[in-house]
Order: sequence, then structure tokens, then C-alpha cells
Amino acid sequence: MITVSNLSKKYNADPVLQIETLDIPKGQSFGLVGNNGAGKTTFFSLLLDLIQPTTGHIKSKDIQVDNSEDWKPFTSAYIDESFLIGYLTPEEYFYFIGELRGQNKADVDALLQGFSDFFHGEILNQKKYLRDLSKGNQKKVGIVAALIGSPEIIILDEPFANLDPTTQIRLKQIIKNLAEQQGVTVLVSSHDLMHVTEVCERIVVLEKGQIVKDIVTSAATLKELEVHFAGTEAFQAEHL
Amino acid sequence: MLKYFISLEWKSFIRSASFKTNLFFKIMMVIGALWITGSFLLLGFGAYFMIEEGLKMEPFEVVNQALIYYMVFDLAFRYFLQKMPVMNIKPLMYLPIKRDAIVNFAVGKTMISFFNLLHAFLFVPFSIVLIIEGFPAMQVITWYLAILGLVFCNNFINIFINNKDIVFYTVVGMVIIMMGLQYLEVFDITNFTAPLFKAFYAIPYLALIPLILAFVFYKMAFTYFKKNLYLDAGLSSKHDVAKTENYSWLDRFGSLSTFLKNDIKLLRRNKRSKMTLFMSVIFIFYGLLFFTNAVEAYDGPFWRIFAGIFVSGGFLFTFGQFVPSWDSAYYPLMMSQNIRYKEYLESKWYLMVFATIISTVVSAFYLYWGWQAYAAVVVGAAYNIGVNSHLVLLGGAYIKTPIDLTTSKKAFGDKQAFNAKTMLLTIPKLLLPMAIYAAGHFTLGEVFGFALVAVFGLAGLLFKNRVFKLIEKIYKSEKYKTLAAYKQNN
Repeated sequence: MITVSNLSKKYNADPVLQIETLDIPKGQSFGLVGNNGAGKTTFFSLLLDLIQPTTGHIKSKDIQVDNSEDWKPFTSAYIDESFLIGYLTPEEYFYFIGELRGQNKADVDALLQGFSDFFHGEILNQKKYLRDLSKGNQKKVGIVAALIGSPEIIILDEPFANLDPTTQIRLKQIIKNLAEQQGVTVLVSSHDLMHVTEVCERIVVLEKGQIVKDIVTSAATLKELEVHFAGTEAFQAEHL
Repeated sequence: MLKYFISLEWKSFIRSASFKTNLFFKIMMVIGALWITGSFLLLGFGAYFMIEEGLKMEPFEVVNQALIYYMVFDLAFRYFLQKMPVMNIKPLMYLPIKRDAIVNFAVGKTMISFFNLLHAFLFVPFSIVLIIEGFPAMQVITWYLAILGLVFCNNFINIFINNKDIVFYTVVGMVIIMMGLQYLEVFDITNFTAPLFKAFYAIPYLALIPLILAFVFYKMAFTYFKKNLYLDAGLSSKHDVAKTENYSWLDRFGSLSTFLKNDIKLLRRNKRSKMTLFMSVIFIFYGLLFFTNAVEAYDGPFWRIFAGIFVSGGFLFTFGQFVPSWDSAYYPLMMSQNIRYKEYLESKWYLMVFATIISTVVSAFYLYWGWQAYAAVVVGAAYNIGVNSHLVLLGGAYIKTPIDLTTSKKAFGDKQAFNAKTMLLTIPKLLLPMAIYAAGHFTLGEVFGFALVAVFGLAGLLFKNRVFKLIEKIYKSEKYKTLAAYKQNN
């Protein structure tokens, strides 16, 4: 589905991302973890053609993303608040995204129906513009909007941050469903090791822009990641 | 304590986003600031003689008459441009600083703002001239102090009416009615206010009243802020009550309606864009300067076209030049969606065309000054729709200033709006139609001149698709630069 080759991004000769090869097959739930500045958001931005690669390229379904725009109809994302239109109500925003993705009002309404649990009565019919919603509620709107129009690739940057525990659990269910039952390729980044290991079939660890680990998730993965990020021998000795 | 406050202020000033530009713009800004102070100084020194020589009237009388309008306009400018002091004090609340100190700092800060200093450049020289011309010094000084007091009153009134749109628009509406009544010589409010202002001169003790009033307002502002210095009171941002609107009547525009609906919501729900709408209404009256012969320099026949273009195109210019910056806050969203550029542009284009037509209809009152005046507006509109609508969109494609929709500041243009490319585009926007008109006017007469401009304008419509293709190309080639520039928020 997604093929990365020879990709690098440099700012003033400072390398922020350097990925030789990476293949993400269709229907995989893919997790990206790494400390601040590891290059997670940079990678997602490159995938969405929001920044230009210094070298190499990303192909999405054989379409090179920085050459053609044909990947847009089957790709959706929620990176940050710059994906929200602050002066719209949540409903208006969903309909707007729906229209851009060829869905009419009824389609969108039907989809939203399935998320009333997720919204917890705090999103729809609240007489508030998106700019006046809390950070967590904004995130809920952004994530659900990314599901409109049955995209084949969904990219979510830090989807669990700012969400309350109930919503986190529901979101995990939603993401699992997407990959397992609908064959959607889901790319998720997170700082929360527990969440990613629960949700993702495969986890890639970025460190200073490089892939340092590429793990198929198993029962031992969480431990492995914790050890990796704790970083010291002493810690390992203590815990083993 | 004060030392820290001052150093904080200084840093926030020199590190503000508007200073982070290149040297050229810094120099331009300094020149601009000097120019404004300079012209105020010149006006202050020169006003006396200009009124005496030019209008053959008693300068002091005239100034006192005009003062009421001056004060109201000052308030209007403050309302739109002066920043409220509450913004930067949130981080101070968590620190061990007395609340009184914070509030005094915040309120006091407004007093030394540019909006108060500017008046001194006008009134100090004027007062000096008055004294030189033989007015008794003591009385002139009390008169000046009274004005100073009133300026500060305005300063505090602005704090109280901040964000209360209804109050503001009522005041502005009243003023326009008053000016109209005065122009038509029905009722002259200055007959009542001029003696009031003159009293500060005639009876020096009266000057104490505005000064005391300003002091009382200060105390009121102080208590008001102190009482509201809580995150959920005065410091909370106001939330508008939102209503989901479908605008289904726009569906007749087909796929275009997606963007059209959004753009109309953008215009109606944001402070900055509302300001643009307000400015476009002001532009409708801009022609009065030309057609009433109020300004001698504008008497040449081709100036009519200049006026006509601005009267009908106020919205077109103020809105159009910032496409696509209006969508800067969510540009990454737009760029990762399957946006059809043509429809995106067309929506903005239709908005500009509608606004131009509405402005043209509204300005039918120019017929009062002869058919030529209105003809200039109508052909100006034709030129705006046919040619300028494309040119502003083209210019906008090169402007990469992010727009903060939630504040009305900077609506008067941005330094980056004046780059070389957009400057170059003003030639076909304004000078070309004037030249075309002049060519017609001086050969076969004014009717031919008007017709020529209109024909040129309508011919521009033929190029619409070509221009849109060109703009789309620019959007695509500048995409990454634009995204990066919009990310740098203030």
C-alpha cells in the first residue's frame, strides 16, 4: 500500500528524517513511536505531501505523493488543529468534509450515528463553533471527520493525547475495527506505549529520524519497548 | 516590579511577529510611522493657517466644531485597532505578584499606547500656534488639558465597550446620520458641541471636568478588571452561540456550493472578515471625495474612474487580495483533501462579483451628483468584475501572510501585502482603466471613454479560465512555501 524509498528530510543540513525503505501493506495497523523530535510528524507530513522530501519519495498505491494528487481521494488524516475549520459547527464541518469526499448529508448523518457513543453527547447540537470546543473534543471531531468517505488510508497523529480514558478505550476499538474488519490501513503515532501495542499489529520506533526497531506486535512487545525507551542497562537489570 | 513589567513589554514588542521580517520591511515600517507622526505634526502646525487662509474662517471655531467627530472617529479606530490589555496577563496570575499591580499595569499600559500619543502630535503644535497667534497661554493650556482628558476618556470607554458590537455600531450609525443631517443642513450637532469645547477655553476651570472624568473612568476600569481577573470571568474568551446553517438555497450552484457556503460562513462568523465587510461599506462613500469636489486635486476627469473602481470594488480589493490567506488557519486540511482548485477559486470569485454588484446598486445615490458620477461607478464595476477580480486573485496567490480570523487587527493591510509583485499589479488594476478612459474622453468625449472602459472590462471575462489555470499553477508550485509560511502564526 505504502512504499517508502530512500526518503530523507533535512532542514539546513540538519537531518530530521532518514528512512531507507519501509513497506506498509494494505490493511495493516501501523504504529509509530519515538520521543519528541524523532520525526513522527515529519513522516506523516511527507506522506500527506505537506512538506517536500529532500531525497527519495513515498508511493501510496503506486502513486508518488509529491508528483500526483491522485492519492487524496483514498487518504484521510488528522494531524492537528490546522485540520479543523474553527468557525464551523461540528455538523457543518462534517458535511463540508463529506462534500469534498463525495458524501451527501444522509451518508454523513448515517456515519455520525455510529459515533454517538464516542462523542458522548458533547459534540453534536452543542451550539458551539469548533474553535470554542475543548482540545479533547476538537480531537474527537478531527478523528471522526477523518473516517468520512471510507478512506483506504487513515493517518492519525497522536490520536490518544488529550482524550479522556473512556474515549481512549473507544478509540482503540474503532482503530482495531478499521484495520481488522474493513481492511483500512491505519497509521498512528503515539507517546503512549501501552496504547500502540494494544492497537497496532506492527510498531516502528523512530529515533532522531531513523528507524531503530521494526516489531511485529506480540505479548512481549510492550516490555521490549519500555526497556528500549528506558535506555539504561541498570533499568533492564532491575526489571528482568 | 515595574522594571520587570517594562522589560516584558519591550520584549513582547520587539519580538512580535510583525518585527520578524526582513530589513526592507523594517525600514518601510519606520518610514511609515515617521510619515504618520510627521503628517500629524504638519497638520498640527499648519491647520491654523490652512483654515484661516484656505477656508477664510476662524481656525479655533472650526476646530472646536470638528472636535466631536474627531473624538467619535478616534473611538471607532480604537475599537477596531487597539488591543485589549487582558491578553498578556494570564501568565502573570500564577506568579507572586499582587493583583493590584497586575491590574494597574494592564490598565496603565493602555494609556501610553500609540493611540493616545498620536493626538499629542496634533494638538500640542496646534496649541503652540494658538499661543503664538496671541491666544492667552493659560486658557489654551487648559483647553489642551481638557482635550487630553477626553482622549483618555475615549481610551477607557473603549475598554468598556470592547466586544460589544451593538453599542459600537449604534454609535457609528448615529454619527453617519448626524453627518448626513449636517450636510443637508437639517440639524447641526456641532452647534451644541462646539460651545461645549470652547467652554474649556473660555472658563479654564471647566477643564477639570474631563480630567476628573478620565480619572474616574480609570478607577472604574481598575475595579472592573480587578473584579474580573479570573480565568472564568474577564479573562475567559467569549464564546459565540453557534447555529448550524445549511444554506441549502446555495445548492443550486452545484458543486460550487460546497465552497460558497463555507466562504459565507467565513465572512459572517469571524471578526477579521466582518471588518473587511465594514471597510467595503466605507469604500462606497469614498467617491464622495471626488464627486462633491471636496478635494481639488481629484478634479481631473479620469479621477472619476479611479473613484468608480474603489466605490464598486471595496470588497473585491479588501477580500480578494487575501485569497487564499483567508483559509490559512486550516490550509493543511485543504491541501490534503481533494480540493478542486477551480471551484475553490470560483467561489471566491462569485463572492467578489456579487459584492461588486451590490455595491454598485447601493451607490445609485451618486446620481445626485450627475449621471457621470454614477456611470463611472457602473463602468468601474464592469472593469472590476472583468479584469480586477482576476488580478486580485492573482496577486493574492503570492501573498503568504497567515490571517488570524479571530482578531480584527491588521485589517488595514499587512506589510507583506505590499510586495513587489502586488505593487506591479496595481498598474493594470487602477492606472490602466484611468488611461483607457482618458484616451476615450479626450478623443470622442466622455461617453466613449466610459464605453471603452466597460468594453475592456467585459473583455477580461474571456480570460477567466486562463487566469484560473495560471493561479492554480501558482498555488501548486508555491504549495510548500505557503504551508510553511502559514504555519508561522503570530
